[in-house]
Amino acid sequence: MWRDAVAVATKDLRIELRSRIATHQVLPFALVVLVLFGVALDPDRGVLTRAASGLYWLAVLLAVVLAAQRAAGIEASDGLADALRLSGLDPAGVFLGKAMAMAVELVMLEVLLGLGAVVLYGVDLAGVGTLAATAALATVGLAAAATVYGALVGGTRGRDTLLPLLFLPAAAPVLIAATRATDEALTGAVVGAGVGVGDWLSLLGVFALLYLAFGVLSYGPLLEDA
Amino acid sequence: MGQAVRLRGAVCLLGRFPALAGADLDVEPGELVVLRGPNGAGKSTLLRALAGLVAVVDGSIEVLGHDLRTDRRSVRAQVGLVGHAAGLYDDLTVAENARFWCRASTGATADSVAGALSRWGLDGRLADVACARLSAGQRRRVAMALLTARWPALWLLDEPRSGLDAQALATLDQLLVEARHRGTTVVVASHDDAWASALGARTVTVVGGTTTGPSAAAPAATLREPAHVA
Repeated sequence: MWRDAVAVATKDLRIELRSRIATHQVLPFALVVLVLFGVALDPDRGVLTRAASGLYWLAVLLAVVLAAQRAAGIEASDGLADALRLSGLDPAGVFLGKAMAMAVELVMLEVLLGLGAVVLYGVDLAGVGTLAATAALATVGLAAAATVYGALVGGTRGRDTLLPLLFLPAAAPVLIAATRATDEALTGAVVGAGVGVGDWLSLLGVFALLYLAFGVLSYGPLLEDA
Repeated sequence: MGQAVRLRGAVCLLGRFPALAGADLDVEPGELVVLRGPNGAGKSTLLRALAGLVAVVDGSIEVLGHDLRTDRRSVRAQVGLVGHAAGLYDDLTVAENARFWCRASTGATADSVAGALSRWGLDGRLADVACARLSAGQRRRVAMALLTARWPALWLLDEPRSGLDAQALATLDQLLVEARHRGTTVVVASHDDAWASALGARTVTVVGGTTTGPSAAAPAATLREPAHVA
């Protein structure tokens, strides 16, 4: 399974390097979203700074939708879904490989968007350890969930519009937990009543584990229906 | 050894449309069978059903000893399907596609991949060309090369001559002769009756999702070297 995962991840990353869609389309889109939030809220710099965590993770989430559409689209053309089914690749390995490739892309996206947030929103970086843990757990969860939903809608006619409709509500726990944890890391203040940063990180961890397990178990049937 | 393929009253649905509506087919191990019939007759669906890609919802289907009504996945490692789509990643080169798919499939080695690419004229400058830049005929050559490298027990070829140039057509004919000599079972969908006749293949007609005419092999099928048909 892990050998298959590495082969699929390597293949997907090589395709992304060649096509440059992640760097030339997904990343600029996310930066544009970040800038537009800044433009909309600029008159009140205080609001912008206070809302930076939420705006940042919302921009990440919207970019994940594009990345997921792209990742699912790779296997949707030229009989590739049939070829995958006929291959000896373990479906769980295919899922993990695609999720790994997307996670690598997301890490790069999050770093660059983080720099954008610092510049545009005037965020002072603090609690770097917590920020890194938040980003790592959120990335794993988002990559796993996006890969599952990408496969779920892969064979449908309106997959480009169906994917955000299904994925965004499902990813809402990540948006909430990552935003709260980021807020607490940046400000040091506890946001929710009686709910600390450890709780938000735990929620992110549970979300990631759930979607990793669901993807490993369900990717075979999902590929069959694609 | 039993039959390579045994279908009885096989029904396949594409949505609610019965693409196969009670097809019968028997193929002996090592036999070459050509499916002929008009567009939309169900030839491609029949090939996909034999590959375990489409569910047979009624009737029976056994391929290489596997009952595909109960388990469609088990036979796939022994089957190679070259359909209308080549199944290639556009952004990867020919060599990269070959490496990935042969790594993903059973039966292929680095040597068999290199030999197959050479046999299909893909070992020169074409090896480093992105598949997006290939013509339809070149993509089909790559797909055939991947099949050749794996050399599965059952070949399912959907209009394999489509888009091929004269040299590739000759390679295809030689390959089919070699497949028969090696006891490989081949089922081909083709509109080219003259080619099928030249190959000495048994022909089964598919019309309206059903097979007509003799669906089983004659007692002693003859093996004939192909006459190249332009």
